[in-house]
Amino acid sequence: MNARQQAHAWLLLLPAVVLLLAFTHWPALATLIDSFLSTPKPNRPSVFVGIENYAVMADDPIFWQAVRNNLWFAAVTIPFSVGTALAMALWVNGKIAGRGFLRLAYFTPTVLPMIAVANIWLFFYTPDYGLLDQIGGAFGLPAHNWLGSTSTALACVMVVTIWKEAGFFMIFYLAALQGINPSLREAAAIEGASRWFFFRRVLWPLLMPTTIFVLVNAVINAFRMVDHLFVMTRGGPDNATTLLLYHLYEVGFKFWDQGYAAAITMVLLFSLATVALVQFFVLDRRAHY
Amino acid sequence: MKHKIVVATTTLALLFATGATSAQTTDVSFYFPVAVGGPITKIIDQFATEFNKENPAIKVSPIYAGSYQDTIVKALTANKAGTPPVASVLLSTDTFTLIDEDAIVPIDTFVKTPEDRAWLGGFYKAFLLNGQIGGKTWGVPFQRSTVVLYWNKELFKEAGLDPNKPPQTWAEMTAMAQKLTRKDASGKVTQYGVQIPSSGFPYWLFQGLTTENDVILANEAGTQTRYDDPRVIEALQYWVDLSRKHGVHPPGIVEWGTTPKDFMEKKVAMIWTTTGNLTNIRNNAKFDFGVAMLPANKKRGSPTGGGNFFIFKKATPAQQEAAFKFAKWLTQPARAAQWGIDTGYVAVSPAAWETPALKKYAADFPQAAVARDQLQYAVAELSTHDNQRVTKALNDGLQAALTGNKTAEAAMKDAQKEAERLLRGYK
Repeated sequence: MNARQQAHAWLLLLPAVVLLLAFTHWPALATLIDSFLSTPKPNRPSVFVGIENYAVMADDPIFWQAVRNNLWFAAVTIPFSVGTALAMALWVNGKIAGRGFLRLAYFTPTVLPMIAVANIWLFFYTPDYGLLDQIGGAFGLPAHNWLGSTSTALACVMVVTIWKEAGFFMIFYLAALQGINPSLREAAAIEGASRWFFFRRVLWPLLMPTTIFVLVNAVINAFRMVDHLFVMTRGGPDNATTLLLYHLYEVGFKFWDQGYAAAITMVLLFSLATVALVQFFVLDRRAHY
Repeated sequence: MKHKIVVATTTLALLFATGATSAQTTDVSFYFPVAVGGPITKIIDQFATEFNKENPAIKVSPIYAGSYQDTIVKALTANKAGTPPVASVLLSTDTFTLIDEDAIVPIDTFVKTPEDRAWLGGFYKAFLLNGQIGGKTWGVPFQRSTVVLYWNKELFKEAGLDPNKPPQTWAEMTAMAQKLTRKDASGKVTQYGVQIPSSGFPYWLFQGLTTENDVILANEAGTQTRYDDPRVIEALQYWVDLSRKHGVHPPGIVEWGTTPKDFMEKKVAMIWTTTGNLTNIRNNAKFDFGVAMLPANKKRGSPTGGGNFFIFKKATPAQQEAAFKFAKWLTQPARAAQWGIDTGYVAVSPAAWETPALKKYAADFPQAAVARDQLQYAVAELSTHDNQRVTKALNDGLQAALTGNKTAEAAMKDAQKEAERLLRGYK
């Protein structure tokens, strides 16, 4: 390329680069700097405090509970939502009556805003006259305060997330399945391969790129989706459903502790970046493109 | 080229000139939150329009900013960026935060004439408490509420209780709740006696219990909490026992938002909730219900709640004066009375309750006056420096005890330890 073309290329990239720098990279860098400063107060400007904010974090029992909750949340919601998505995609990929309707039904949760979803589920979980207890009551089961006891609240929140995410991931799997050459299936049928064998040896490897993409998204979402907490539990009871990002919101915008909030942000950012990199570089090698 | 520049500068100068003439009207941006049902935004818009018509030199523009939490986030973020609203309605408990952020000016700054002094002295003392810190008044009571007990007269009758006698003491409430709790053949509870919501902000309702047990949760300077006082632990034990020992209160955490619905669905015979739910329950309950002061233990008591009107420091003096004028205008007896009737908030001054409109309303619907009568026993809502965090320590402790994860004593001791750690820097 000559210099003129080079300049053109850069000019074309410029808008995106400016946006990325201004709204992604600079804020990340500014947050890193803030995490080493104390929270400014009108009569106490912020000063350099080194790793004090990180030390506070290590001492904060709610932070550790949020980490624990979030790891559980990720460990359960990721495999379940991806698994459900794949099962649903395989199901609606076949030639069955009412296929379009079924696809639409599976995708509906994705279209709804998370706050609306949370309100719907809030009604499902309401003790006594909520949907869940009404169904349970018909079978003589006792009423249960689903969101109001520390033992079930987190699981309830996970179910909502899986329900919401599976439909979204299904779309990617469905698109990938549609792109698979039908002659492969015919060849397998001629060879007498069972459906399971065909799935394990043909479909699954071919779906690997999609799986990686979906996994990356699922991991990020497991740490990013907290909207429903604001409606359903507000992190309670006794922090049983506090996830990292919710804790971050409370520290930043309820307690106005900017320095500490910046420190939590950095931890979140680094762990997510690490996970994404590992996924791309390690799993990518095993993917068949 | 030169010609073009001249034209441009002239146009700019003209623009500035027109800007200067219109600057004679003082712009007052006014953030307000909506925390209860009903057409609140419409009422506020109407107030602003009327005020602007009466005061052509001032232009109040109300900005609906979401919940209380959204509103303070927006107001403080804007303040840090240098462009806060001129005035805002925010939780009265956030006064310490607003002072610590150096965001607001005391209302006393604008109180100059005897008439102004009479106006500020005209509010119920209980409503001024949260706004008075360090000898100054920082907030004007505007949308204020308190906790009351609602009871279902029909269910009282069915249980063989006098439908016109709500419980007067804790012991009475437990005894009545026992009669009001019903189980089906399999032993499943179909109707609870009483419920006190505990999701989100349990400390507020808990403050009813502690005040009745004759203890105040924090000092006036907002630097010391008393979460582990034996009377506080006793109050929590009473609440925990209602469900765990007596089985007359739903177990676990009771959702604040569905409590009025539980009451209307007859899932529970007595509830504790804000006066702000009065209009909602009145419109939707298909049975006769009563509203009572909270039952007493050592004494009567209830916290106040709701929002005050604040004026921001970074606004120009002219804007602040205009906002002050608007605050006075909003809280005139007739307007405060109308606001109370339309929303269910407690009208903020005795004078408002003397207006014909509110007198008639209270006569037709005596339940509305209970909150007013309870005000003489009301205390300031829990508020300290670093308020939300110190309050969260208490909320977590309450929820831990109510879900059975900790004993009342351990929960309150832990909460106190956390609060002391947080407040270290303010002593």
